[in-house]
Amino acid sequence: MPSGTKWSTSRSHGYDPAALPTGTPRRLLVTALGAVVIASLVWAPSAFADAFTPESGGSQNADDIDTLYKLTLYIGIVIFLLVWGTLIWSLVKYRAKRGVTADQIRGNTPLEIGWTVGAASILVVLTVVTFLYLDDIENPPASGPNGLTASQAQFASVDQPDPPRDGGPVLRIHVNGQQYIWRYDYPGNPQLFSYHKMVVPTDTTVILEIEASDVIHSWWIPKFGPKADAVPGYTNESWFKVPGGREGTYRGQCAELCGLNHADMRAEVQAVTPDEFQTWARRKRAQIQAAGELLAEQRKRGEGVEGQ
Amino acid sequence: MEAGSAAERRTAARPEIVLHGLRQPQRGWLRWLTTTDHKRIGILYLFATFLFFILGGVEALIMRLQLAHADNTLVSPETYNGLVTMHGTTMVFLFVVPVLAGFGNYMVPLLIGARDMAFPKLNALSFWLLLFGGIAFYASVFFEPPQAGWTMYPPLSDDAFTGGGGVDAWIFLIHLTGLSSIIGAINFIATIHNMRARGMSWGRMPLFVWTILVYSYLLVVALPSIAAGVTMLLTDRHFGTGFFDPAAGGDPLLWQHLFWFFGHPEVYIMVLPAFGMISEILPVFARKPIFGYKAIAASTVAIAFLGLLVWAHHMFTTPTPTVVLAFFMLASFTIAVPTGIKIFNWIATLWRGQIVMKTPLYFAAALPALFTIGGISGVMLAIFPVDWYLHDTYFVVAHFHFVLFGGSVFGIFAGLYYWFPKMSGRMMSEALGKLSFWLMFVGFLATFLVQHSAGLEGMPRRIYDYDEELGVEVFNLISTIGAFILGVGVLVTLVNVLWSLKNGRRAGNDPWQGNTLEWFTSSPPPPNNFDVVPRVRSVEPMKDIRREVAASAKPVETIAQPVAPRSL
Repeated sequence: MPSGTKWSTSRSHGYDPAALPTGTPRRLLVTALGAVVIASLVWAPSAFADAFTPESGGSQNADDIDTLYKLTLYIGIVIFLLVWGTLIWSLVKYRAKRGVTADQIRGNTPLEIGWTVGAASILVVLTVVTFLYLDDIENPPASGPNGLTASQAQFASVDQPDPPRDGGPVLRIHVNGQQYIWRYDYPGNPQLFSYHKMVVPTDTTVILEIEASDVIHSWWIPKFGPKADAVPGYTNESWFKVPGGREGTYRGQCAELCGLNHADMRAEVQAVTPDEFQTWARRKRAQIQAAGELLAEQRKRGEGVEGQ
Repeated sequence: MEAGSAAERRTAARPEIVLHGLRQPQRGWLRWLTTTDHKRIGILYLFATFLFFILGGVEALIMRLQLAHADNTLVSPETYNGLVTMHGTTMVFLFVVPVLAGFGNYMVPLLIGARDMAFPKLNALSFWLLLFGGIAFYASVFFEPPQAGWTMYPPLSDDAFTGGGGVDAWIFLIHLTGLSSIIGAINFIATIHNMRARGMSWGRMPLFVWTILVYSYLLVVALPSIAAGVTMLLTDRHFGTGFFDPAAGGDPLLWQHLFWFFGHPEVYIMVLPAFGMISEILPVFARKPIFGYKAIAASTVAIAFLGLLVWAHHMFTTPTPTVVLAFFMLASFTIAVPTGIKIFNWIATLWRGQIVMKTPLYFAAALPALFTIGGISGVMLAIFPVDWYLHDTYFVVAHFHFVLFGGSVFGIFAGLYYWFPKMSGRMMSEALGKLSFWLMFVGFLATFLVQHSAGLEGMPRRIYDYDEELGVEVFNLISTIGAFILGVGVLVTLVNVLWSLKNGRRAGNDPWQGNTLEWFTSSPPPPNNFDVVPRVRSVEPMKDIRREVAASAKPVETIAQPVAPRSL
């Protein structure tokens, strides 16, 4: 079928191959655009690597997620270059020329089978890699030698009803999302809890049991990797283990729209050495106990006043 | 081709039923209000949905302004949450889904050689339900717009946490537009199954019609789930039930399952017809048949089927057993295969073509490019351990704008530039069209590429403000500037439409040398579409007709004359 049949051009004021704009500026623009995209992808990662990959470094599972992400990113970049490359090449190279008719190719079965199998095998590779990393991301390891130990008297209640696969002590913290603040309940007596800022010992596996008391929230500290939704009526689980020597403050915020001040529902985790943690816990327990006693006394006195 | 036999059959032509004089045509605005003509209804759809598109776009721009720098106080948190909800709801329910119904309404009967849809009055009902759904929803602006996000997760959307009528207005919108879509879908299914031109077997049906058929089946399957969900939400809010309230024995995750069982097929509902449009456009402008017609049609069906099995990948961070997560990861992976097949086939269509660089081609060629990026980020998000990091961040926002704007909206704009001459009888300005394309393309990339980075740095979705320490201010500023470039690009197309309606060159029947039957009739088509419907002998009937005309050197009508219409 010749392109530019007499019939079509004479009956309508449509396209005329002779009047085609095939000027170089347009071609340059397309080429330049492609070049910029490719260049930025090849060159920029080294310059701003952080902006192209997840945050990590706060916990082993975050590092694994980062690695898994990077693997898919590299495969993705190859596919991206392949698709954009052939697309731009076709658009630049195969412009209509006067009097030339395109070959009327309708398909190619081996080619169809080829790219179907090709796409499927990439996904098989991704599946295998994901399952290789899954165990390390999902299941908490044991606390390290420099972490909190079960034998430390004050934390006799560091319980392990569901111990990590290697056994050993863990610190279980109960996280509760409320509009618009996080509450953390630690095990043991006397009562120990805190709001907003969670203090944890380094080199210790921290298992979080995440719940919500009003609407759905989502617990997330980017440097610790996974987030976990806090859904009323459910207990969700997550874990992290800050390596020894990485003491410091890790920040995050609620990741599920939870109402007006969702954007202000921040969270902070302060990782300290086990010794500092014990000191903090002891002081905090005493403070909470004292405050509780004070409150009980005031209440008693208040009731007495009302009674008179 | 068969000029001799055609001439014989011409003499045996049967008379047609003629409608003249049966009913006085309506005049003025009443003509539009009472119309049952699929073309007028199609125009009404396009007009209304593009108005909603502008509203949704303005909402997006206000949000981008608010996020341009940290600690901004342009809008209050109430307003921002309202904007988030209105923008998402508008774009999904009042723009992308119904604008495709609009194109389907106008084009499907023309593409299959029918004189109208199967049920013209139901067709009108579909449009008016949509419009009133939109009005009911936007009326909430005058009291209290909904603020729980377009996903409306309870308990937040329950009356205990979000009072006022906004959520109820949203529920009415879902019911009204849902009814509209189901009725419209049944109409498409009946039309496409029964009213195709003689000779148009399934293997010769235009790919856009294939995608509209699949779109319709998906709507029928998916919509009842959200209809049930919003009804439960309504009774939870006002009649004391506790479907989603754990304190009353209900379950907030039930909502998420019902919502996403609809919500993920909805993604394919929004993108498949756009795929169909560019499957029509690319071969026309490459002057080459579509590469792998059967593979593209089959992959459409495959995507639709698999699309029903992936909904819980929106729920990877909820308390859900790992084996379930693994199933939904693998199902989501599987979808990448038929999608990849489509992209490769489109590129193969352009490969070794004789490409005519007109505006519809620009938009059509941008779709596979942008969708590829959204597809790659989609595979990343399907890996559930990675999603545990990325879920509900700006990475996800970037991802779904790449598939829904880069995919659907670029496809819709390609369709608009491609079919505008048929609808109006006039060509659109090429200069304005290309200007609009480059503004939209560059603006789009500037807006959404950097949002991946914002998400990776730890910026969650749906926040009205962020900490300067998060290190995302520069990404947000770039994104805001990009959004305004994108907005100007859209505006240029709207100006182009208005300008071309009056001043465009006359298009004639077939300005692009199209392949399909809509180019056989005049532009705009007469009320009955075709006086005679040609027999279809291939997937490119207009190419056959042009070839016959060239061979016989007779006017086109005489060739078409012989075949009596199959339907009226």
